[in-house]
Amino acid sequence: MAHRGSAVVQKVALPALAFLLALLSGGILIALSDPLVLPLIGSPWKFVKAAFRSAGKAYLALFQGSFFDTNLMTHGSFISGFYPFSETLVIAAPLILAGLSVALAFRAGLFNIGAQGQFIFGAIGASYIGFKFELPPVLHVLFAILGAILLSAIWGGLVGLLKARTGAHEVIVTIMLNYVAAYFLLWLLKTELFLRPGRLDPLAPPINQSAHLPHLLGKDLRVNAGLLIALGAAFFLWWLLNRSTWGFRFRAVGANAAAARTAGISVPFVTTAVMAIAGGLAGLGGAVQTLGTQYALTTDAAGSFGFDAITVALLGRANPIGTVFAAILFGGLRAGGSTMQANTQTPIDIVLVIQALIVLFISAPALVKYIFRLRDIKTGSSVVSKGWNG
Amino acid sequence: MSLELRGITKSFGALVANDGIDLVVGDGEIHAILGENGAGKSTLMNIVYGLLDPDSGSILVDGKETIINGPGDALAAGIGMVHQHFMLIPVFSVAENIVLGHEKTKRFGILDLDAAKEEIRRVSKEFNFDVDPDAIVEDLPVGIQQRVEIIRALIYDAKVLILDEPTAVLTPQETDELLKNMKNLRDKGTSIVFITHKLREVKEAADKITVIRRGKVVGTASPSASQEELASLMVGRPISLEVDKGPANPGAVILSVKNLNIHDATGRRLVRDVSFDVRAGEIVVVAGVQGNGQTELAESIVGLQEFVDGTITLDGLDISSSSVRDVLQSGIAFVPESRELNGLIGSFSIAENLILDVHDLPPYAKGPVLSPAIVAREAELRVKEFDVRLQSIQDPASSLSGGNKQKVVLARELSRPVKLVVASQPTRGLDVGSVDFVHERIIAERDSGRAVLLFSTELDEVIALADRIAVMYRGEIIAIVPPDTSCEQLGLLMAGIHPDIKKSA
Repeated sequence: MAHRGSAVVQKVALPALAFLLALLSGGILIALSDPLVLPLIGSPWKFVKAAFRSAGKAYLALFQGSFFDTNLMTHGSFISGFYPFSETLVIAAPLILAGLSVALAFRAGLFNIGAQGQFIFGAIGASYIGFKFELPPVLHVLFAILGAILLSAIWGGLVGLLKARTGAHEVIVTIMLNYVAAYFLLWLLKTELFLRPGRLDPLAPPINQSAHLPHLLGKDLRVNAGLLIALGAAFFLWWLLNRSTWGFRFRAVGANAAAARTAGISVPFVTTAVMAIAGGLAGLGGAVQTLGTQYALTTDAAGSFGFDAITVALLGRANPIGTVFAAILFGGLRAGGSTMQANTQTPIDIVLVIQALIVLFISAPALVKYIFRLRDIKTGSSVVSKGWNG
Repeated sequence: MSLELRGITKSFGALVANDGIDLVVGDGEIHAILGENGAGKSTLMNIVYGLLDPDSGSILVDGKETIINGPGDALAAGIGMVHQHFMLIPVFSVAENIVLGHEKTKRFGILDLDAAKEEIRRVSKEFNFDVDPDAIVEDLPVGIQQRVEIIRALIYDAKVLILDEPTAVLTPQETDELLKNMKNLRDKGTSIVFITHKLREVKEAADKITVIRRGKVVGTASPSASQEELASLMVGRPISLEVDKGPANPGAVILSVKNLNIHDATGRRLVRDVSFDVRAGEIVVVAGVQGNGQTELAESIVGLQEFVDGTITLDGLDISSSSVRDVLQSGIAFVPESRELNGLIGSFSIAENLILDVHDLPPYAKGPVLSPAIVAREAELRVKEFDVRLQSIQDPASSLSGGNKQKVVLARELSRPVKLVVASQPTRGLDVGSVDFVHERIIAERDSGRAVLLFSTELDEVIALADRIAVMYRGEIIAIVPPDTSCEQLGLLMAGIHPDIKKSA
């Protein structure tokens, strides 16, 4: 089973090394951007020491802001020290779902840039059902989530249908539909239907308490049932891809559409179904964000979740479990980034640079291989295998 | 000019493609390099032509050690190469293709083609090549395109010409022409390295034969050796080239194709008014030179072609407009022309590839739920039955050799309950041993009462397997002839020349 083992190494080692390299390069940038470090360039020893101190402090703040901070252990409560990790998971939950959306599409040979728009439609659906209806607690949540999934699945499925019927490339269609979704949201928030009574700014009425996703660890920590939904979805997607006939077809089309077609698999159907499910997953992310964190639909309902999702799916090698870890990592970077900025004056942009570097190293496996002198990691098995003709 | 290789070694990872190869190509000789696919012939020649760097070893031209770092160096040293897949730009004229990369210009950077055209006419005349420098390459038959490649090498003063599987794309007539031209070139002093796995051609044209197996020179032979001897040397064990086949016992009509026309997306007609039947227990071979509509005809039967009119019936059932899935389910096994492109999913495991078109049927699936255990168990059985050589059924299909890939495709398609087997070029690119296996299997299918429709471009294969031969030319079936038709007549038919042969269909 040696080949099995090396496959695992390949799946885990590459992203891990890419992350390490990104942290190293990020550390150099932090040190160089520190006004206290650069003037010491005259004496190398002091310079290096100061550089290490500067980067170390920034990364400590990043850790405190994303995982655990002893300063937050008020009244000796150990749990509350994990407030930062709870914040990480709060950001991770919708990111996992949006990431799964992109990952599924990758596996079927489709590049779903449209998670952002699908996320927005999920948020719209969840919000409307959340504030418009009065229902018993659990039922209300389910209803709102189903509505969100349905709406976003239609929105995503539309892309698949267009591609299947007319050959329109999904990258262009989804990019355009992202704009449509964003402006539709702006317009919608100004309509009678979505305007909060007594307010003139674009802000929807608050979600009814009965549709809130419950907190998991008491009211102080914001981590909520959305995380369980995200993990459940990841498991479902893993099952779908690896243990179901549908997933078999999806992967077959993604790996070799011509052979799939020759074997009697309907490529247009797969394209449509995959985009609908991908839409539903991203939309579920929108619902989790709205029902679990925001409690009201705003113009910024989707933030940059749909775009970060692409990075997360790439980092997770389009694998459901990998995507979960990648999303938690990104949630941590995002949660810790603000603490880092507050505590050490390191600009939060450094976090974006680190994110970008991770993607860069991931997409250049040959480079990582070269730096670490690795031989047994196969290169060339890139996640995004399709060009414009795909 | 002579070319000598000493101890050429080249490995790719763990695979040693060339292992200390010594070779001497003398002045003015045709030196055949015979070997199965994957034996390392192309690697060796790519090293000589400067496309690959050897790990060790040296190349001597006229006794002088020469470093060749790229095709430019090779040309400068007098070595020219004609690749299996032509390196021509279809929309350019012959002259434009030949000057490509060596363009001479007049004042103001205006291209000077006249000198090149003159050269082309001169060379063309000298060797009786009959090539018009103003013709557009895509309008020319494949055989002439090949001459353009040869002329290109000659114009750049190649004294040693490497021909990589030059006959793979030619009609029998074109092949004869090429062999004649090769001898002609040799007589005028050009040395030729002739890479091939076709025994008949080697015997006909070569002065010397070097056989390569698994990256090593395993022997030399003279052209007087028998085909069996050469094949055994090539494969490394005794080989019988005879196909054991009893008389056919045709039953009821299984496949009936009537007035079939196929167009491509631009409206060009690829298959023209084709009608024929295939009966249970017989092998009908559609013979013809590659690119005469066979691919499209084969695909149309299983529903893979889009613009088709006419009727196709399988055992009385009209399947003309059925989906691929329905056609396969109604009882057709389909072995597509390209294993890598259409037959298999390279990144999928061998076990998964074995259920590609039955993955949603019992016992592999219950409803939407796949059963990996049953998939694996059945895969082990198939792999044993079809003698697929592998390490694990969980390995990706891309890790298999060509012959084993084809066995996986056959194992999948022939294990379903089918009435008709449609196989498109099932032995293309396979080694002699695998070809044998495929042929035996096809005959076994016929003898078990299935109807077989085989598409082949290889005359030997056509004659060895066919109970009836349908010759296809430019999208039409121009004749259906019995299997005892002579090679010459078949060759003429494949070239579209229709002597008075009585149709026997």
